[in-house]
Amino acid sequence: MVESTSDGVLRAPLTLEYPFTRTTGPVVGGFLTGLREGMVLGAKRADGTVLCPPLEYDPISSDPLTELVEVGQSGTVTTWTWNGEPRAQQPFDQPFAWAMITLDGADTPMLHGVFVDGPEAMSTGMRVSLQWKEEREGHIADIAGFVPEEAS
Amino acid sequence: MRDIAVVASMQRQEKSIDNESEVEYMVPLMHGVKESIGITQADVGFTCSGSSDFIAGQAFSFVMTVDGANPVPPISESHVEMDGAWALYEAWVKMQMGEIDIALIYGYSKSSGGSLRDVLATQMDPYYVAPLWPDAFAIEALAARQLIESGKTSMEHLAELASRARDHAASNPNAVRTKAKSVADIMAEAPLMDPLRPSDIPASADGGCALILAAGDRARELCERPAWIRGIDHRTDAHTLGVRDLTTSMSARIAGEQAGVSDDKVDFAELYAPFTTSELVLTEALGLGDDTIINPSGGALSAHTMMASGLIRIAEAAQRITNGDGDRAVATAGSGPNLQQNLVCVLEGE
Repeated sequence: MVESTSDGVLRAPLTLEYPFTRTTGPVVGGFLTGLREGMVLGAKRADGTVLCPPLEYDPISSDPLTELVEVGQSGTVTTWTWNGEPRAQQPFDQPFAWAMITLDGADTPMLHGVFVDGPEAMSTGMRVSLQWKEEREGHIADIAGFVPEEAS
Repeated sequence: MRDIAVVASMQRQEKSIDNESEVEYMVPLMHGVKESIGITQADVGFTCSGSSDFIAGQAFSFVMTVDGANPVPPISESHVEMDGAWALYEAWVKMQMGEIDIALIYGYSKSSGGSLRDVLATQMDPYYVAPLWPDAFAIEALAARQLIESGKTSMEHLAELASRARDHAASNPNAVRTKAKSVADIMAEAPLMDPLRPSDIPASADGGCALILAAGDRARELCERPAWIRGIDHRTDAHTLGVRDLTTSMSARIAGEQAGVSDDKVDFAELYAPFTTSELVLTEALGLGDDTIINPSGGALSAHTMMASGLIRIAEAAQRITNGDGDRAVATAGSGPNLQQNLVCVLEGE
């Protein structure tokens, strides 16, 4: 990789990267694979409640979580804020609301974008429905975002 | 427990430090704080720092700063990839073993080269949240709406906190947001990240802080009125936002109980509260009442230096004890989204 140059100075490229990959495991990987297949999975906790998105360990009790169950594709907004201009890295190409959304059949909310015309169209407690991307690869952005339930 | 006190500190915070590297601006603080009490690196039994390679954009960036501490002959040294307050905690634990009497602590960052609010998205869950790049203001705005809609606060009350922080900051030469603004003027601000207004979010700064801990009689020799650490504890909440109640802080409450915050009156508190909403949550979690002056320095809202803001809270509280402005103070440090992790330190004068 080292280049010899006419001025006698050795030069080599510096590429900042993590040159390794990792697997996401049965729980996170199960959720991501579910997204690719067009379904949303949560993890059933010892008390019967469903954590969505699922984690490998219960964040409160530390119990291992292994049972994945399908949850609904509509849900309720528990809090939100308005993101006027999408920021450079965000996978959204229009103004949107960030919202915590508890999907039907789940007991914990997840973060995603809601597409409405402006903040006046958002409210806590509103019902929203999931919109899939057409081409999915097993990634959280396979969910294009959410829209108000009546508009879906 | 061995009695350990803060005996000196020195800080610098500016909106942006343009022509000096982190090392260049930390060297005068690291040496200045030692000179201020007449000691040298040879007197220091342990040196511990907090900083972030991620913000510096360079692996092992802290090693160059250690070089600036004058580490020849070799010194006993450690580093945490955390706010300098956790470096102080590590040093406090090490000093409990009784082998050393003096420790040098410092924390710093220069975040003005990038967009910190976006960089902080990388601390979120790497599979479910970080790929969506929610910025730090958006994440706090989600908590702010719940605080308002649950009736725990109002836009007006948050404006009062923001206005008071500006008033306090006016007398702090290290604060960067010092211009007075009335509650009415803050109420008239357009939301930056609904419902948060510009005055509700932190005034980001570059800078750092260096601080000296000393044990027992050595502390009394070095400082007329040392600020004794009577309790210190740190706890963390779950990383997943969805399983937390964002309107409270379990980690701050438990750390406060363990540190003994409510054992006696608290004259003033320096809280790691980058947002007006974080101040509200911490005040409630620690059970601080109206008789406690909150953030006499203006707090992290008025100058927020990532990786140093928590250590600066301890330094500010300790300096006021040393000055005789009060007898008992609480300082906190925080880390992670929505105050996920909290360190609570109780300081007293003799």
